[in-house]
Amino acid sequence: MGLDFSVVPSYFSVLLMGAGWTIAITACAGIISFFGGIIFAIIALYGHWTLRLPVRAFAWLFMGTPLLLQLFLIYFGLIQVGIDLPAFVAGVIGLGLHFAVYNSELIQASILAVDKGQYEGARTLGLSRGQTLRRIVIPQAVRAVIPPMGNNMIALLKDSALVSVIGVMELTLAAQQAISRTYRPFEFYLAVAFCYYIINLALEAGLRHLERRIAASR
Amino acid sequence: MTEYAFVTIKNAAKSYGALEVLKDINLTVQRGQIVAIIGPSGSGKSTLLRAINELDPLTSGEVWLEDVQINRKLPFRQYEAHVNQVRQDIGMVFQHFNLFPHLTVRGNITLAPRMLKGLTEAEADTLAEEQLAKVGLSEKIDEYPSRLSGGQKQRVAIARALAMKPKVMLFDEATSALDPELVEEVNLVMKQLAEEHMTMIIVTHEMDFAASVCDRVLFMDQGVVVEEGPPSVIFQNPKHERTQNFLRKHLNR
Ligand SMILES: Nc1ncnc2c1ncn2[C@@H]1O[C@H](COP(=O)(O)OP(=O)(O)OP(=O)(O)O)[C@@H](O)[C@H]1O
Ligand SMILES: [Mg+2]
Repeated sequence: MGLDFSVVPSYFSVLLMGAGWTIAITACAGIISFFGGIIFAIIALYGHWTLRLPVRAFAWLFMGTPLLLQLFLIYFGLIQVGIDLPAFVAGVIGLGLHFAVYNSELIQASILAVDKGQYEGARTLGLSRGQTLRRIVIPQAVRAVIPPMGNNMIALLKDSALVSVIGVMELTLAAQQAISRTYRPFEFYLAVAFCYYIINLALEAGLRHLERRIAASR
Repeated sequence: MTEYAFVTIKNAAKSYGALEVLKDINLTVQRGQIVAIIGPSGSGKSTLLRAINELDPLTSGEVWLEDVQINRKLPFRQYEAHVNQVRQDIGMVFQHFNLFPHLTVRGNITLAPRMLKGLTEAEADTLAEEQLAKVGLSEKIDEYPSRLSGGQKQRVAIARALAMKPKVMLFDEATSALDPELVEEVNLVMKQLAEEHMTMIIVTHEMDFAASVCDRVLFMDQGVVVEEGPPSVIFQNPKHERTQNFLRKHLNR
């Protein structure tokens, strides 16, 4: 039996919906991973130990175990303690926190790399520690970290396929559904691979645009 | 009514472990006075200057700005609030400018006045325009620091400090990092401040500048003030051998 892509167009709307969900998950989880990463980094560097220790333990858990397991824990595990999250929400939280931990590592390193003169310049004007951090150090650290963090965002997009296992109708699960009706795995997986590739291109273009915009202020 | 000297330093001492960097330094700077601090590398000039605004707190001794003791011993939170307050009155200019690269020139100048003095955006803009006009850089208001020359960066740094309307300005080798041809534009701005009777303490390696602008010169070596006096005396008739040796190396005439 040869390849027959003619079945793909009839599932176009299914795949389009799937692509929509993939983009939505990536965007929501991306936002969580960005701000979560900043918050974790600040706690890891400057937090009181009562905050720092739990955050470190949490980071360990999220870096040291498979993402798939984390998604199962959040979606199926939490039900047992009475937290019944919709699959989409569980997926976004899982992916978001997972990548927040990785982003936090990057941000910590770049906060520490901000020149000592920047603190002195700000403190000399009368800014407090917190004000200096918020207005001077963090913005510079985040700017420096946009390119490597962009790589994390691309990884996040690809790993969003994992939330198909908890039943979120994103691209990969949409493809599986089409396949279960048509028995055409090769065609649909290829079509979906192509979709990921297109979304990826758009994401990369967006990141490059962002990098260019901040290049002037570095 | 007591006439406060603007800056008073009493019995200032500072050690890093066993290394004594400042040893019992006393200094009084009057309102409008301009004091130069000269001396060999490692003599403690920067440390003394940075003790004035608590960037490098003294080990012992007192620093006063008018009737306010800057280095008060206070519980942490109160201490922080106190230094954040007094630093607003003390402008400081660094060798390496320390401009904020992610903000435009306008952003650099208006940040602290807006955050700390509650100026509105319009008020802060007017202030930035005034201060930039003063240092001759009005047209650079929307540039990022990375697009400025070293001399321009330092003039912006001075404008940023002046925007807080400080009572005293501290300069730590403001021209040492500059290409020789850019030194003069910064010196001119400092001379202009001198004419406006800004109280200034200037750490410098430029003897000619110190001689032409300052009312008093302090020569420091190994953590002590070896000799001080008007520039005419220090540069032409220094009493101490250490001062004479230092000047022989630095006054190439
Ligand atoms: N954080 C520090 N820890 C240990 N020693 C220090 C520290 N900062 C300064 N010192 C030492 O204190 C001494 C005085 O340094 P300071 O920077 O005040 O000298 P300076 O007169 O400004 O010299 P220069 O002309 O090179 O700037 C030096 O011996 C220096 O090594
Ligand atoms: Mg120095």
